[in-house]
Amino acid sequence: MAELLEIRDLRKNFGALAVTDGVSLSVGEGELHAIIGPNGAGKTTLIAQLSGQLAPDGGQVLYGGEDITHLDMAARVRRGLARSFQITALLPGMTVLENVALAVQARSGSSFRFWRDAGGEEITNAQARAALEEVGLADRAAVLASALSHGEQRQLELAVALATKPRLLLLDEPLAGTGGQEAERLIALMQRLKSRLTIVLIEHDMDAVFQLADRISVLVYGAIAATGTPEAVRADPAVRAAYLGEDA
Amino acid sequence: MFNLFLLQLLNGAQFGILLFLVAAGLTLVFGIMDFINLAHGVLYMVGAYLMATFAGMTGNYWLGLMLALPATLIFGLVLEFLVFRRLYDRSHLDQVLATFGLILMLSEGVRILWGSAPLNVEMPELLSGSVPLAGPLKYPVYRIAVIAAGLASAVGLWALINHTRAGMLLRAGASNRPMVAALGVDISRLFMLVFAGGAMLAGFAGAIVAPILSVDPGMGESILILTFVVIVIGGVGSIRGAFLAAILVGVVDTVGRTFGPIWLRMVMDPSAAAQTGRMLAPMLVYLLMAAVLFYSPTGLFGRRGAK
Amino acid sequence: MSRFAPQIAPRLKAALAILVLMALVPVAAHAIGDPFLSVIANRMLVFAIAALSLDLILGYGAMVSFGHAAYLGFGAYAVALGARWGVTDLLAQILLGMVFSAAFALVTGAISLRTRGVYFIMITLAFAQMAYFFFVSQGSLGGDDGVALQGRSTLLGLSLDGDVTLYYVTLGALALVYAGLYRLTGSRFGRVLKGTRENSLRMQAMGYRPFPYQLVAYVIAGCLCSVAGVLLANLTEYVSPAYMGWHRSGEMIVMLVFGGIGTLTGAMAGALVAVGLEEVLAAFSEHWRLGFGLALVLVVLFSPEGLTGLAKRLGIGGKHG
Ligand SMILES: Nc1ncnc2c1ncn2[C@@H]1O[C@H](COP(=O)(O)OP(=O)(O)OP(=O)(O)O)[C@@H](O)[C@H]1O
Ligand SMILES: [Mg+2]
Repeated sequence: MAELLEIRDLRKNFGALAVTDGVSLSVGEGELHAIIGPNGAGKTTLIAQLSGQLAPDGGQVLYGGEDITHLDMAARVRRGLARSFQITALLPGMTVLENVALAVQARSGSSFRFWRDAGGEEITNAQARAALEEVGLADRAAVLASALSHGEQRQLELAVALATKPRLLLLDEPLAGTGGQEAERLIALMQRLKSRLTIVLIEHDMDAVFQLADRISVLVYGAIAATGTPEAVRADPAVRAAYLGEDA
Repeated sequence: MFNLFLLQLLNGAQFGILLFLVAAGLTLVFGIMDFINLAHGVLYMVGAYLMATFAGMTGNYWLGLMLALPATLIFGLVLEFLVFRRLYDRSHLDQVLATFGLILMLSEGVRILWGSAPLNVEMPELLSGSVPLAGPLKYPVYRIAVIAAGLASAVGLWALINHTRAGMLLRAGASNRPMVAALGVDISRLFMLVFAGGAMLAGFAGAIVAPILSVDPGMGESILILTFVVIVIGGVGSIRGAFLAAILVGVVDTVGRTFGPIWLRMVMDPSAAAQTGRMLAPMLVYLLMAAVLFYSPTGLFGRRGAK
Repeated sequence: MSRFAPQIAPRLKAALAILVLMALVPVAAHAIGDPFLSVIANRMLVFAIAALSLDLILGYGAMVSFGHAAYLGFGAYAVALGARWGVTDLLAQILLGMVFSAAFALVTGAISLRTRGVYFIMITLAFAQMAYFFFVSQGSLGGDDGVALQGRSTLLGLSLDGDVTLYYVTLGALALVYAGLYRLTGSRFGRVLKGTRENSLRMQAMGYRPFPYQLVAYVIAGCLCSVAGVLLANLTEYVSPAYMGWHRSGEMIVMLVFGGIGTLTGAMAGALVAVGLEEVLAAFSEHWRLGFGLALVLVVLFSPEGLTGLAKRLGIGGKHG
């Protein structure tokens, strides 16, 4: 398997706290790599550095062999690296369709167009609807994003990320706060996406993680405690003690 | 020539000190409360008017000052209690609108109470006259006293901020507000203290400048904008930045007005130099601000990420 | 057209109704024999253009600029300078004002837009003040006192000396600016601007860099405001630095918020009403600012979402769009 993402000795401190403490990790093309770990382990902070939202204090991020450590978020998105946010970040005053259409617009043609009605772009809208279709939100297209239920907002997060046509998807707890049926639909969606995309998935729902992941890394206090197949990680005594022990 | 330069340098420093007194409280208000207060200059103006009133009433500068200071403080606290405290968690736009409304209202109020004509305040006997300074050059005692009083305030403020518990909280609050809240500190009381201190300093500046400047309804606004320049250059929330920037702005503005045309004459013919100098001088501090911002968007001592 | 067209149409209709109503003012003024009414109405139109331009950055872009009056000044001085250089055509003067404005907005915007929040407000204010002092120091343009114009501009040979002619030219300009901004806010560019207002981080995660869009909007807003400046100078036949004082910038924000921020029809209506109100208040008492300021403070304090919220509840503002 060719490596799509390679993280080398990544470091980030908040004051005296080492939130990312020498993380090295590689994710192969087509792999679904889950990152689990207790609250405050530094998972979101890691994603933030991969997506370009936060600058690391040290180390490197390689994507498709290219060093992207110092690229900004927009440049990474253009290379096919998309993310969803743990804390839903949408455009609340715009409709569901507009939210997704903006993501489509970002990669299709110039946005320095001042005259033509953007709402009338059929091709853009069609692609946006396809992404909504995929997450099961098509019938809510005309609603304001702020009027969606929490679970629906999680779905929209995913639709927006998908609409950027990513090659690598960074998902930060996509299931958080979703109910049974919504969660099942999202898990089924990720199952489908697995075949097309490389995914880094952060998730607290262990059933989903063990069902979906090709490999799992366990992050504890900002460092990788173990990496391996679900079976190997499940059996790892250090992991059981540090993390799964809570459940066992 | 050198004497003139020294004179302007002192005038600039004196102006800078005044700017600092007004800016000190305001930069903390911005830094700690993230509250844009356009009405801070009003306190400077009110300080001057109260000084003029009380000094006129008692016929004594010192009595006037002693009455004007607490009166300004009370005025500031009333404003805080009635208006500002309700604005802290509002949008910047609401803060701009409300404090702009306050300016309109209070400036007009001052016009109604005291009229539009400038008022004068008598200099105290003790501080009138001049002292010799390098050869034939003399400098007014009162201006030296203003510089000294300002410096003393700055030192006092520095001690307060660096050596007291309230000061420690202020420093922490100016750079990381959520943290101070998390420490269980009564934020609203801290805000009030900062505000009271700021009001007092601005009022003090207005009061001591009254004898050398005419007291008029526009004085609060002209100093406010320069205060903004000072805060932007120094970095929001930084007292040290405010001090350095205030002196810098005071000196650049004062010296630039006199020496700009003189220095320009070295590189262009006299009439062109005079014209360019006149044009550039009032813009100088703003150009300085632009240059600093170009180099660092959060000013000289602003915290990074404070964008 | 957009499938949301049915939602937008009422607002467009309201704008049209306002313009038609304003078109009738000179007729009414003639009927009741009060020519001064037209002059006041003309002023209202001028500031409606200015408020519309401010709405682009403040309402749609969430950039709280406290220096927008500078562009009013650039437009006005373009008339004074143009006349001096023998350029009396209104369109050429508008072009000149736009060139000044674009240059100033490009440089100061590039610096200001690297900052946020209180910094942005203070810096835009300071730069506008710099422009103000620049014109104060121009002795040949009357300095502090300003300069009276020899006469009004011409439009493609047509003289604007008649108040009614100038009035309809201003009305035409307002309609054009409204239409242009209506298209712009619905375009791709407008969407990016609105999206950035809603959530800049989200826009970056979609692949946008907000800065160039915000800067272009800032320049466009400056240029459009200078059109108002050109017309204002023609109306008063006088140009002075007072046009660009910071009070004026504040008043422009008040006008905008008065009608509901982030909606073009609201901005236009707000400015029309606010200027009209100002004239009435000023005629009523020379100390009108006392009451005006007090009202401003009270409304912000006691309307839960501020003036914006009040406008929304009264149904003038409505949701963004
Ligand atoms: N901007 C910041 N400044 C200071 N500390 C921060 C900042 N962001 C995160 N932290 C701290 O870094 C640590 C890791 O946070 P992070 O959000 O990455 O954890 P996480 O693994 O995603 O947790 P969760 O499972 O709760 O989402 C926490 O202790 C958090 O308090
Ligand atoms: Mg997290």
